[in-house]
Amino acid sequence: MIPVFDLPTLWAFVIAFAVFAYVVMDGFDLGIGILFPFFQPGPERDSAMNSVAPVWDGNETWLVLGGGGLMAAFPLAYAIVLPALYAPIIAMVLALIFRGVAFEFRWRDPGHRRYWDFAFTTGSVVATLAQGITLGALLQGIAVEGRSYAGGWWDWFTPFSLLVGISLVIGYALLGATWLVMKTEGMVQNHSYRLAGKLAIGLIVCVGLVSAATPFLNGAYYERWFAWPQVLFTAQVPLLVGLCSGALLVSLVRRWEYWPFLLTLGLFGLCLLGLGISMFPYVVPNAVTIHEAAAPTASLQFMLVGASVLIPIILAYTGYSYWVFRGKTGHEGYH
Amino acid sequence: MFDQFDALLLARFQFAFTVSFHFIFPSFSIGLASYLAVLEGLWLWTGREVYLNLFKYWLKIFALAFAMGVVSGIVMSYQFGTNWSVFSDKAGPVIGPLMAYEVMTAFFLEAGFLGIMLFGMGRVGRKLHFAATLAVAVGTFISAFWILSANSWMQTPVGYGVNEVGQFVPQDWWAIIFNPSFPYRLVHTVMAAYLTTALVVGGVGAWHLLRECTNKGARVMFSMAMGMISVVAPLQIFAGDMHGLNTLEHQPAKVMAMEGHFQSHPDGAPLILFGIPDQEAGTVHSAIEIPKASSLILKHDLNAPLKGLDTVDRANWPYVPVVFWSFRIMVGLGFAMFALGVLSLWARFRSRLYDWRPLHWLALTMGPAGFVAVIAGWVTTEVGRQPFTVYGLLMTAASASPLEAPAVAASLLTFIVVYFIVFGAGTGYILKLMGKAPHPGETGPEAGREPIRTAGITPAPAIDPARTLGAEA
Ligand code: HDD
Ligand code: HEM
Ligand code: HEM
Repeated sequence: MIPVFDLPTLWAFVIAFAVFAYVVMDGFDLGIGILFPFFQPGPERDSAMNSVAPVWDGNETWLVLGGGGLMAAFPLAYAIVLPALYAPIIAMVLALIFRGVAFEFRWRDPGHRRYWDFAFTTGSVVATLAQGITLGALLQGIAVEGRSYAGGWWDWFTPFSLLVGISLVIGYALLGATWLVMKTEGMVQNHSYRLAGKLAIGLIVCVGLVSAATPFLNGAYYERWFAWPQVLFTAQVPLLVGLCSGALLVSLVRRWEYWPFLLTLGLFGLCLLGLGISMFPYVVPNAVTIHEAAAPTASLQFMLVGASVLIPIILAYTGYSYWVFRGKTGHEGYH
Repeated sequence: MFDQFDALLLARFQFAFTVSFHFIFPSFSIGLASYLAVLEGLWLWTGREVYLNLFKYWLKIFALAFAMGVVSGIVMSYQFGTNWSVFSDKAGPVIGPLMAYEVMTAFFLEAGFLGIMLFGMGRVGRKLHFAATLAVAVGTFISAFWILSANSWMQTPVGYGVNEVGQFVPQDWWAIIFNPSFPYRLVHTVMAAYLTTALVVGGVGAWHLLRECTNKGARVMFSMAMGMISVVAPLQIFAGDMHGLNTLEHQPAKVMAMEGHFQSHPDGAPLILFGIPDQEAGTVHSAIEIPKASSLILKHDLNAPLKGLDTVDRANWPYVPVVFWSFRIMVGLGFAMFALGVLSLWARFRSRLYDWRPLHWLALTMGPAGFVAVIAGWVTTEVGRQPFTVYGLLMTAASASPLEAPAVAASLLTFIVVYFIVFGAGTGYILKLMGKAPHPGETGPEAGREPIRTAGITPAPAIDPARTLGAEA
């Protein structure tokens, strides 16, 4: 039995935290991008975009921490997973270019605003899809030989990875819609409520499908979920997912402004927990464990000193920046 | 095998292309962030309207350049894994933590305060806003610190061991971070960023002075930029010289390539000004040289012996023509910047700074020179390091991912297309902003965005109009 909180495990948690922070924060930015075509050009789109313009860059930085942290703490995993997922990763970074510059470019060039709005949406959809596919492909397993990837460059493309990709698009769109419910009022808010209702149902179906498929991807997952006595613990996860989903639907019908967003976050958190249960203690499922992939102790220790001081500070000033831009982004300022 | 070789070449080209594009933006935004902090500081200190106007004028440009820097940087951090997986596996334990520190100390700082810097004037007090601007400026510097430390370690690796699976294992972090070439590279690169920015600001100022020599904003920015160049250009030449001496000590083959020294010179090596290096024949054709000058520069002694590439195993030669020429481009531009600085001092002395048109024309043509010099400098550094990624220890050929050539070719092609479209458009927007003369009552980046970003949350009367950057918007 390995001690539960040795350095590699600790780092696995730090990186899982970075990924979760990324998913929830950039999730709602990307979600707004995905929903953009459903909003009217003009004030509707403008206030949707304004609600994330000051914070998107910080949100995206968690992705850099997740990727950079993986290279630093688990170089072997980074070296196996990224070539294996070459196409989706490249697609993701390219898509993020389009959606990132759209924030600035659409204001600089009103004549071509339609095109940058299109770039914003396409970038958001493709980036999300690519992230979902990456996750799906990782879950279904990667061919490893020695210390490197041994498969082809299309191995990631399967029905399962596509399903996860589409689920993530729906999930981020829901995060975006519920964020707008919280941050806007009037027309945009009403519109967002309606979208959120449909998306919530879609997401619940998708979570069901993905959860049902995962244990059957390979025997080890099945074991981890259904072996006695773990099942007493793991069974709580679907139970909580059910409760959370129900509450989400109720909150949307009853229009409890803040709750839909928080409950969606809850759903994402539970999915991450489920993912953790499926994968632990592997980083590359059934091929490389976190201990095999871990960087030497000297690297992990050196970074931990910094991380334990810096991450709380980062969270503090990120919180401050959100606070500065708190409340509703409306357009009453220009009536 | 042939296929593998192709994939390697493509991967190298892709890295060179994306990183060169990426670095164009930091080399401008590092300098511009500091310039903005100076402008805002001057405004707070003197209360003069012109500084606030210039601040807002350049802030809009900064927002664009910064956004492009961010998105092109994300590509870089993932490319280590996608294209250089063996390198990541082996060098990750050393390079990775340095980059993780960059993310934690710099990227979050920049990103966290960027929103306030760009859109927050109406929401926080003046002092707090200034603090946000400073945080962004300091963030860009910290970012340069870490990434250059990582790069310098690859040039001059120290403080490591090697474990049983062939990974570099850090032994002494202090030695790794402050490796022998790092101080020189940090100073030289940060000054390069300041010069690049000063040249751009000076070029824009010159353009508006040529059209309207009384424009207040144009005068102030031109004067500030020229002042900066006259101070920094000589310092940069001095720093470059020191950097070269350091390189001679640690990477002699690179200096041989820069100098075009295929042969050893036992009693005083000539300085080859121009010529056509021939890698195959191992000689420089039609060389124009100054006898013994290279020994004077590198050894401070006319007759000092200097070794040439003939003392290095041919398999470990960098590709000389590229290193040779890129080095000359950088140095040539460095002296041109120096000349611009001197001319501007002379014009200042004669009180002709704002109406001496030849100077303005020169400054205008030199506007993009910084970018060219910076890229040429990096090409010298990186191509000169070949055929290694970690100098002397890990070959480039042994660093690449096990990818098939078509995969890399496809991604390379998309990068080229996307970069030219997106960054081409962005550069166009920047030029458009620069084409407008700075004028009183300049608006910030939030203006023109209806609904105004800063509006809405705080009830309008609660905002003190005097405190609001975009108030006149
Ligand atoms: C000397 C400075 C320097 C150098 C050599 C590099 N960069 Fe850079 N980078 C910066 C200076 C910088 C910066 C000034 O900090 C940027 C530019 C604009 C910006 O937003 O931050 C940045 C942005 C930036 C970002 C986005 C940060 C964010 O999300 O805010 C990433 C991920 C990288 N870079 C990664 C890299 C990698 C992997 C490099 C090496 C190949 C690299 N950079 C070279
Ligand atoms: C932004 C400034 C930089 C520029 C313009 C630059 C430029 C280049 C160029 C032109 C090459 C190709 C050399 C060749 O293939 O002959 C290269 C290679 C490389 N550089 Fe840099 N570089 C920069 C910064 C960095 C940094 C900061 C790192 C690491 C932390 C780095 C790591 C590498 C690696 C791993 C290669 C290997 C690929 C190869 O050798 O072809 N570079 N770079
Ligand atoms: C005229 C005098 C100059 C000299 C003698 C000089 C010298 C050098 C040397 C020797 C290197 C390579 C160091 C190595 O690879 O180990 C270098 C790199 C570089 N140079 Fe210069 N340089 C000069 C001017 C400039 C100017 C004017 C700029 C830009 C505005 C510039 C930007 C750079 C950059 C960005 C690098 C790559 C990073 C680095 O290795 O520091 N240089 N320079």
